[in-house]
Amino acid sequence: MPLTMVQSGRKVRLIAVEAGRGLQARLAAMGLVPGAEIQVIRNSGHGPFVIAVKGSRVMLGRGMAHKIIVA
Amino acid sequence: MKSKIVVALAGNPNSGKTTIFNNLTGTRQHVGNYPGVTVERKVGYCRHGDVEMQVVDLPGTYSLTAYSEDEVVARNFIIDEKPDVVVDIIDTSNLERNLYLAVQLMELGVPLVLAFNMSDTAKARGYEFDIKKLSRFIGAPIVQTVGHKGEGMEELLDAIVLAAAESKSKINGDQEMSSTGALSSKASIRGPRLQMPLINYGREIEKEISGIQSLVQKEMVLLQKYDPRWLAIKLLENDKDIWPRVNSPAIRPLVEESASRIEKVLGEHPETAIAGARYGFISGACQEAVRSTVEARHTMSDRIDAVVTNRVLGLPIFLGLMYLVFHLTFTLGDPPMGWIEEFFGWLGGVVDSWWPEGSESILDSLIVDGIIGGVGGVIVFLPNILLLFLAIAILEDSGYMARAAFIMDRLMHNIGLHGKSFIPMMIGFGCSVPAIMATRTLENRRDRLTTMLVLPLMSCGARLPIYALIIPAFFPQAWHGRMLWIIYMTGIGLAILSAKLLRSTILKGESVPFVMELPPYRMPTVKGVLIHMWERGWLYLKKAGTIILGVSIILWAMTAFPRLPDDEKARFENERHMVQTIIQGEEEKAGRLAAVDNEEAEEALQYSIAGRIGRTMEPILRPMGFDWKIGTALIGAFAAKEVFVAQMGIVYSVGEADEESETLREKLRDNYTPLAAFCIMLFCLVSAPCMATIAITKRESNSWKWALFQLGGLTALAYVVTVLVFQAGSLLGVGIG
Repeated sequence: MPLTMVQSGRKVRLIAVEAGRGLQARLAAMGLVPGAEIQVIRNSGHGPFVIAVKGSRVMLGRGMAHKIIVA
Repeated sequence: MKSKIVVALAGNPNSGKTTIFNNLTGTRQHVGNYPGVTVERKVGYCRHGDVEMQVVDLPGTYSLTAYSEDEVVARNFIIDEKPDVVVDIIDTSNLERNLYLAVQLMELGVPLVLAFNMSDTAKARGYEFDIKKLSRFIGAPIVQTVGHKGEGMEELLDAIVLAAAESKSKINGDQEMSSTGALSSKASIRGPRLQMPLINYGREIEKEISGIQSLVQKEMVLLQKYDPRWLAIKLLENDKDIWPRVNSPAIRPLVEESASRIEKVLGEHPETAIAGARYGFISGACQEAVRSTVEARHTMSDRIDAVVTNRVLGLPIFLGLMYLVFHLTFTLGDPPMGWIEEFFGWLGGVVDSWWPEGSESILDSLIVDGIIGGVGGVIVFLPNILLLFLAIAILEDSGYMARAAFIMDRLMHNIGLHGKSFIPMMIGFGCSVPAIMATRTLENRRDRLTTMLVLPLMSCGARLPIYALIIPAFFPQAWHGRMLWIIYMTGIGLAILSAKLLRSTILKGESVPFVMELPPYRMPTVKGVLIHMWERGWLYLKKAGTIILGVSIILWAMTAFPRLPDDEKARFENERHMVQTIIQGEEEKAGRLAAVDNEEAEEALQYSIAGRIGRTMEPILRPMGFDWKIGTALIGAFAAKEVFVAQMGIVYSVGEADEESETLREKLRDNYTPLAAFCIMLFCLVSAPCMATIAITKRESNSWKWALFQLGGLTALAYVVTVLVFQAGSLLGVGIG
């Protein structure tokens, strides 16, 4: 399911990023690689989407978060 | 033995790299740009024992791929300029992600020292590191530091010197070896592989790596510069910047085959698989060498964020903070601005007094009006700029700027800009020059250029005197505020339209999707903030100052030459003489004399190049409702917008005029319709940004092309808009009575 479906506080694992190669690599460098554990810090329906990955806080645009497939 | 070494500082954004750089080099810093790009190049110097170090602060990056200008710059510096030691600053409270860059540096095979920074925060958060073990994994010495307290700097310097010495002795050793045959020495620098740990990328990828590696090894040119294994990995990662360097037609199809094989087997692009393997290696290392006792990260920051980025409160808090910054900049900056103005006025007076009264020395005029006036006009903004950058430095160093960018992103995205563009736009209402400098926080070049180009449409403080002169002259009291509001809103509206236009034409390209790290909030250090502020202030003074000085001399010359012919001068001299002898009352005499002076000044300006240009331009200006007088004043306004008012004073023979001059207002009322007056304001708002803006755009975009495009584009826009308004207004009969 896309990351946007995950409620605040839940922990999930990254399956894939459905984006161009450039963006995929950019996210990978920030720790968003397949298998990485992601905790959703904030998903309030609109606006800031904040996740914790590899010990840091990362903000994502909503469209971006939609392309991240997790389980 | 005295020696000189080059040390490069690498590290993630927010790893405290700048603080360590400041600690090491103090004020011995130099800021410039890397050639051809807008990335800042900071170099500092420092001594340790008898070693003199040149420390280069590389841009903060998460990896060494080629996805952003910053990364390319950082990597090229390491590959091409071969620093003696690379220090990777690592935020230990965020170890895994930070080690990703360290692993890539390790693969590059450069002499590496790791600074485990913020070790106090890490300790407080319950992390325990087995430094020895980690050091063995990465194959580099590790020094623990606390940047903002200055702890561990001596140890870090010791480690740097040691690493430099080791790599030197290794090269020497290799050279002895290479003299007996085998490899060139350069290849050996890049390949001290034997004792280095290697990441195993798994059977599938390793097979392809060794295949490509054997191809690469046949190319002597490549072998001299790069480690073959590293090159093979980079090619598999489809690195945009490495391909042109390889330039071998045989290699490309083979690499592509390899990549598609990997994709088929693993179901992901090689670069993703490689990144995953690197993180796997790091996780493994951390599992063995890091113990976490408490799970308490970010709690404080999260709590602040819950308020500051709140859906309801976020925007008002941000706007409030911006207002505060803006307000403080211009109120606290006001008194020192007054002093600077007074100082230059005094200086002009002193220089003026070297010449006898009434003499018309060109040199006097050049020094007083051209140089002192021009330079003073630049320096007068320095207090504002310093205060503004002080405020920005505090917001940036504390971690708030990242939040602000996010809050504004949705709004700005609709305009075709980035969340981070908002801050420069806001500053633009004060002065375009610091605003354009503030666009540095934008990483994407297209976003940055768009912001830079439309920034002058934010009506800056220097344009206010023009409105302050014109609005009361033509519009009823009740409309004063509204007119001003209309002007500002027109600017904002045009900025939005232009940004959209630029983003969908010449600066087209996918806007960078919003992904950004939220660094934990931190207390900014006084030293860091002050250095930051001074850096920007100095840049402004130095670079803009030189260009502005030149242009202001040219503009001065345009209004001063050619001088009135002698017989004309004699005529005015005669008139003055007549007044002196005929008029009795002292007061009346003074008044008449001033009138003659003013008339002479008007004639002189009309006769000058600027006046002539104004006259020649009149047919072009007509459709906007302007005459040559306005044209001449507009030329002056190019030096600095507020000069328009003074120039109008001269062309209307009212002498030294300011925006409160009632006589000048009367003259304007007699000569122009309210519609034309509005068009003047409109044109001043949109047209050619002042030369300081052009100069800074050139500097920041690193090319004259964009600066001239901005100048031409905005002037054309101003012309079109003003003509439309004037013609439509005339047709409809609005404001011509």
